[in-house]
Amino acid sequence: MRVSRRAAVAGILGALPAAALGMTEEYRIDPAVVADGIWMIHGDDAPILPANGGAIANIVIIDTPAGTVLVDSGPSLRYGRALKAVAEKLTGKPVIRVYVTHLHPDHGMGIAAFDPAIVAALPQTIADIARDGRGFSDAMYRILGDWMRGTEIVLPGRRIDQASEDFGGRKVQLMALSGHSAADLAILDEKTGTLIGGDLLFHDRAPSTPTADLARWRESLDALSKTPHKGAIPGHGPFDPSGTQAIMQTRRWIHWLESALTGAVQSGLDMVEAGAIAIPPEFSGMAAARYELQRSVSHLYPGLEAKLLPRVDVPDQ
Amino acid sequence: MWRQKVSLILIGTGLLAMPVPLPARAPYPADPLQSPMWQAHAKTIFGDDPVRFDPRVKMLYPEVAENQRSFPVALDARGVGQVKRMVIFADLNPIPIAIDYRPEAAEPYVATRIKLDQRTPVRGAVQLADGQWLVAGGWVDAAGGGCSAPPVSRVKGDWATHLGEMRGEAWPMSEDGSSRLRVTFRHPMDTGFVANIPTYNIEELAVKSAAGTVLGEMEIWASVSEDPAITLMPHAKAGDVLTVDARDTNGRAYLARIAVARQSAMPSATPQ
Ligand SMILES: [Zn+2]
Repeated sequence: MRVSRRAAVAGILGALPAAALGMTEEYRIDPAVVADGIWMIHGDDAPILPANGGAIANIVIIDTPAGTVLVDSGPSLRYGRALKAVAEKLTGKPVIRVYVTHLHPDHGMGIAAFDPAIVAALPQTIADIARDGRGFSDAMYRILGDWMRGTEIVLPGRRIDQASEDFGGRKVQLMALSGHSAADLAILDEKTGTLIGGDLLFHDRAPSTPTADLARWRESLDALSKTPHKGAIPGHGPFDPSGTQAIMQTRRWIHWLESALTGAVQSGLDMVEAGAIAIPPEFSGMAAARYELQRSVSHLYPGLEAKLLPRVDVPDQ
Repeated sequence: MWRQKVSLILIGTGLLAMPVPLPARAPYPADPLQSPMWQAHAKTIFGDDPVRFDPRVKMLYPEVAENQRSFPVALDARGVGQVKRMVIFADLNPIPIAIDYRPEAAEPYVATRIKLDQRTPVRGAVQLADGQWLVAGGWVDAAGGGCSAPPVSRVKGDWATHLGEMRGEAWPMSEDGSSRLRVTFRHPMDTGFVANIPTYNIEELAVKSAAGTVLGEMEIWASVSEDPAITLMPHAKAGDVLTVDARDTNGRAYLARIAVARQSAMPSATPQ
């Protein structure tokens, strides 16, 4: 953990937010070892809020013979800079590669702190950031204010078109999947068998669906199940040492979500009612479940209505 | 101290600068939401009728405004007595009223989706048979842009191809002889706040029985979301055929017939 002098002073002054004192708030970046040479920084299992500075996504640091490899970079320039400092201190090696798993701003806006030439993403992710980056950036500034200061939209400079990358003998497999978004990168560290799922995997934290295609997401979860691996690092929520739990939970949630919302449309519920349906006890341990259900209603309900409600207009009288 | 607070609020809302005419009627009750627009909207909507805030009226919406262009709202006034009018409005929207509904032969329930232009009170007001208005609502945080952003169909350019498409279904509800009717339209619902796109919205809707009796009718404003979706509870039994009759600001007519299903609704997904 890295506590800045200013943050420490703010702590002494009590619970006053640093911004209220005209100070710069700093991110708390706390990498935990999950496998040999792999650390996970566990994001806040909560919505993007001023209290967490948008640092809700899990970030991965891999120590390779060729240098430090990062998977995702956090929400802002400030986060990206702090991450780089923490990671390089941890491994003693410069960051030589930053992967962006998918287009969402909580994972990718921190690349503003890196040379785009070392930042790699799937081609579709780069296209999606080019299309949606401005809108995401506006929304992040609106919610997070000063946390975002100086964060520019940067496009990853390297298109991933190969199935693996070798960093001086430590090799990672690069899996081009989709479903949480139009392009989701999952990564397998061959040395330790650690699976880095990006937002294809949520663990003890409800999955979010703003750009989801649930059928494709299920196919991608099948692909991850079939990939031999040990522990799994989800995009949100704690590390999954079993490697199967996060996959199973994510699969169960999106299955429940789809069938519950389908049932809601078929039962005549409006969107407010659909957002208020009971969440099964099996998900009681999931953070942000009601929040994500209501967001998913917003994302998915109009499409389900268009699919499930029959046409009733009478042809021109 | 109290006086000071009040004048601060008045300054903050700009009301101090406005001439305050002597009230011709008892003043409206103080707004628990302290909206700067409460008095103005109350005057427009309630006129001289008595008004009070009443927790039995349920103005329901999700915890988060995920989509500023389409925020789900439901106004449920079942159990407060005979209701003759129901209004859904958002104080700080440039088009405050979304729906003004008269449930002639229907349970007092209406749900739809509205645009939010900024953080605003979202309210439901229902008028009882004796003229009294009951009001409920709360502040909703919205990032903004709901009214001034072009509809998705305008951006995609496919709105005209689908204009007039209606979908819907109706289910019988239990013993009380009411049904649950859902109907959706493809319509851009242009607010007039986007450059070069004039106001264009569905403005009237009526639900009728097969015999032509009006069960409920409403005025609809452009603050209702693109591709409107409306839920009502008209009095109708299994097998009855409901007619939905609507018109937009260009005079285009929309007509749908929806038979009330044999099976009751809501077996699988019950709201908490
Ligand atoms: Zn995501």
